[in-house]
Amino acid sequence: MTKAERIASICAAHAGREGPMLPILHDIQAEFGCVDEASEALVAAELNLTRAEVHGVVSFYHDFTPAADPRPVVQICRAEACKARGVEALIDRARSAAGDRVKLKTVYCLGLCSAGPAARVGDRLHAWLDEDGLAQVIEQA
Amino acid sequence: MGYEPQADFGTPESRSDESVSLTVDGREVTVPVGTSVMRAAREAGGDIPSLCATDSVKSFGSCRMCLVEIEGRRGTPASCTTPAEAGMVVRTQTPRLAKLRRGVMELYISDHPLDCLTCSANNICELQDTAAEVGLRDVRYGYEGANHFAKSPDLSNPYFLFAPDKCIVCSRCVRACDEVQGTLALAVDGRGFASKISAGQASDSFLSSECVSCGACVQTCPTSALMEKSVKQLGKPERSVVTTCAYCGVGCAFRAEMKGEQLVRMVPWKDGKANRGHSCVKGRFAWGYANHRDRITSPMIRENIDQPWREVSWDEAMRFAADRIAAIKAEHGPRALGGITSSRCTNEETFLVQKLVRAGFGTNNVDTCARVCHSPTGYGLSTTFGTSAGTQDFDSAEQTDVFLVIGANPTDAHPVFGSRIKKRLRQGAKMIVVDPRRIDLVKSPHIEAAHHLALQPGTNVAVLTALAHVVVTEGLADEDFVRTRCDWDEYQDWARFVADERHSPEFLETVTRVPAATLREAARLFATGGNGAIYYGLGVTEHSQGSSTVMAIANLAMATGNIGRPGVGVNPLRGQNNVQGACDMGSFPHELSGYRHISQGDSRKLFEDDWGVALDPEPGLRIPNMLDAAVDGSFKAIYIQGEDILQSDPDTHHVAAGLAAMDCVIVHDLFLNETANYAHVFLPGSSFLEKEGTFTNAERRIQPVRRVMEPANGPIGQGLEDWQVTQLLANAIGCDWNYTHASEILAEIARLTPTFAGVTWDRVIAGEQLQWPVTDAAPQGSPVMHVGGFVRGKGKFVVTEYVPTDEKTGPRFPLLLTTGRILSQYNVGAQTRRTANSTWHPEDVLEIHPTDAENRGLADGDMARLASRAGETTLRVKVTDRVAPGVVYTTFHHPDTQANVVTTDNSDWATNCPEYKVTAVQVTPSNGPSEWQESYAEQARRSRRIAAEPAE
Repeated sequence: MTKAERIASICAAHAGREGPMLPILHDIQAEFGCVDEASEALVAAELNLTRAEVHGVVSFYHDFTPAADPRPVVQICRAEACKARGVEALIDRARSAAGDRVKLKTVYCLGLCSAGPAARVGDRLHAWLDEDGLAQVIEQA
Repeated sequence: MGYEPQADFGTPESRSDESVSLTVDGREVTVPVGTSVMRAAREAGGDIPSLCATDSVKSFGSCRMCLVEIEGRRGTPASCTTPAEAGMVVRTQTPRLAKLRRGVMELYISDHPLDCLTCSANNICELQDTAAEVGLRDVRYGYEGANHFAKSPDLSNPYFLFAPDKCIVCSRCVRACDEVQGTLALAVDGRGFASKISAGQASDSFLSSECVSCGACVQTCPTSALMEKSVKQLGKPERSVVTTCAYCGVGCAFRAEMKGEQLVRMVPWKDGKANRGHSCVKGRFAWGYANHRDRITSPMIRENIDQPWREVSWDEAMRFAADRIAAIKAEHGPRALGGITSSRCTNEETFLVQKLVRAGFGTNNVDTCARVCHSPTGYGLSTTFGTSAGTQDFDSAEQTDVFLVIGANPTDAHPVFGSRIKKRLRQGAKMIVVDPRRIDLVKSPHIEAAHHLALQPGTNVAVLTALAHVVVTEGLADEDFVRTRCDWDEYQDWARFVADERHSPEFLETVTRVPAATLREAARLFATGGNGAIYYGLGVTEHSQGSSTVMAIANLAMATGNIGRPGVGVNPLRGQNNVQGACDMGSFPHELSGYRHISQGDSRKLFEDDWGVALDPEPGLRIPNMLDAAVDGSFKAIYIQGEDILQSDPDTHHVAAGLAAMDCVIVHDLFLNETANYAHVFLPGSSFLEKEGTFTNAERRIQPVRRVMEPANGPIGQGLEDWQVTQLLANAIGCDWNYTHASEILAEIARLTPTFAGVTWDRVIAGEQLQWPVTDAAPQGSPVMHVGGFVRGKGKFVVTEYVPTDEKTGPRFPLLLTTGRILSQYNVGAQTRRTANSTWHPEDVLEIHPTDAENRGLADGDMARLASRAGETTLRVKVTDRVAPGVVYTTFHHPDTQANVVTTDNSDWATNCPEYKVTAVQVTPSNGPSEWQESYAEQARRSRRIAAEPAE
């Protein structure tokens, strides 16, 4: 199945939904690791939208990326509550643990304000992290 | 008029009948319900600072400059998104608001270059104005922080630039593209501080994006981020003059913004009701041809067409022409003479050309280019309704529920009206397209037709009769309407005719290739979907059954009760700017102005008394008959104003033979066009920017054309407007005409034409929106026609039998060619080819279905030979499923291609309108130009030589 056919079938799977674009883009991001320009154009054609409209939506959200990145991603919360609980002190160690192998992404709030510092790998959340704990999460990512 | 941008009321006008009164800064204001507080304040003469608001798009509420205080309300609401309410007490200028606005402005300016003095928007910048209004004196944040200063401009569009460093991301451009133009080519890329305007996707430029260069974004940009390159080059205009576009029949009103005699830019005029402030790439930007180096600026003559041209004085040219005309008249009589009026020239000029032919030459051999486009409209609508014109104004489309578009491609050929249709479709109206090709109205972003009847070219009458069959046999006809407004007996005859089983969609499916079920659904939708409006173009008229199709359309509209109120009607989309006017002005051989037959004694007498001459009561020759007569030797001289019949008329070989057989061909044009290759006298013309007069658009709206620069066809002070040239020629052959201004000709037209009785030059230039008939009964004109009853009395149903065209496919010519046009080019391209519009369409291409291409071993971009029984040419192939298998499509904008070498001399049975839309052809691979193309190129080169000035 070509990429175009696969994207067409993703679009077809969401046909009839109200506001199908976001779920379609999530599926594309999940399957191809990115929503690249070709995918934007294909989605535009499928949904009878312009390329610009789809690009506007894709570029708005951090979780849609224009190119695939094979590295595992660790999201670290650096919002107010986690800051108050000392996340900034963990960052240097986290960077060295990540090296070039793991991509660290700053996010603002994972909803674990009472249990910070917090991080997320895929759909798995990690709370009450200290320097070692975060480094371990990163190394195992 | 000095230069002042048009007033901007910030939010769109409310059309509510109810009104509310409120107090703004102590002043009582009454506005329609639904008006924003911002608009109320601006209508009351005040101003609220704003950046993201403009009255062409809906309010957005993002810039936070237009905050106001309202008594009894908490906080400081945005005035653009707050509707005015009865009794509201609004304050727009308070110390609290001043502080808030100044604070917001500081943030804007902290990321905006302070190069105002050298900026192209200097003094025409809303950001600058707003900074002044809020009294910005300091930016506490400094300029060292993150900014967008280093972003480089996008210069890809030939007419305007995008400078991201000047952009404040108000998104007015994005919203104008979405709401006004409906192309949605722009988006905001990213978010927060990283937000930027993106045309298309990340790697696109404006040129590679979906942008159609309509100019709406440039017009609405408050800064110099989107700016015409001409303004960057020339600076701020110093005056503006309201005039009318000289491209298509939409008739957009523009402000010509000038510096002295230099046109700086054309900006759509918001008070023009044809376009309501919108434009397309042609009218907005493609005016550079007016100053193109190819313009001929001196009269020229030659003894015969093998010689080079000789530049002469107006006197000598007129003497030469008059002598030849006199000699021909003496030897062969007046009927050997004739003329062609131009649908690009003004009403006044057209009127004078037909007057010259009828009163000066003494013959009715006058015709106009409408012969080859909308003459069947004249015949068909006169017969059924009693007038030769569309029934609605363009505003009517705002109340249409179901559009039926037949043989027209408005988004390319009438783009500004196309945008209005698209806007209505996005609001939920339904669309039925009848066209062999998948035009943009069938499917494009946010638009999808309910039904596309992709018929076989040449079967319009069959499809329309089948639609009528469904309406009548399924009991969907509006019999109350028919009984009160139409001739009931004729209706019953017609109803019996269409109800016959041989007119059923099922029976005709093999002929039309339209699935019967689809056709039935379409008929039901049109008959029952609310206000149904029919819009049609040359795909209806340019057939052997063009007139029958127009009458079939009229039948369908009457049978469904869709005539005589806003939102419905039958509307020909006129191709050229003044086709309607040229027809109104008596350009046809059988008709005096206002569509009165030349054989009617009382009408003729009116003219005879006014002009002091006797007129021939016999109709004269039509264009094809003139050419036939020339080949036969009985027609000898022709005066052609502003038309290129060699390129635009069908069967080029025949046109060339006719012209070559004449003794005196006088061509009056801006350029040495293709027809001029066969001319003996060339009279240089004046562009629409160089003369005064009026154009009449497709909605019968009579609009002013204003002289903003000296005609280029003479030394300073001696240039002549086209009507003056015609007057010189008339006086050279012995007339005694003394018009000193176009307004005097308009007065003569009004005097002699009942439908123009109330039209005066003063009313037209005052901006009154007059749509004929302008009479004592309708002193303000008639936006919608046939309101109380049809002009002819009772609407007439005409039985329209489908007769297949003689042009049939066979083993030698298995494909059907149909022709049309494209957005960026116009007609024969004489104007648009001499502008940067060729960036988008540098050559004519042949659209062919993938299956047909594969069968012939043709790939996208290959050169192909296109041959018919009439002739052959070569052009590049574009493989696309826009056309159905068996159908190929091309445009006729480029003389190098000469699509009309291929078209035949078949024509409409009633009016001789050529059958451009159906030609049986074969397409084969090719590796070079056809023999005709080569010999034609050589002949054109030779005939365009101009003799060098002899050395003194």
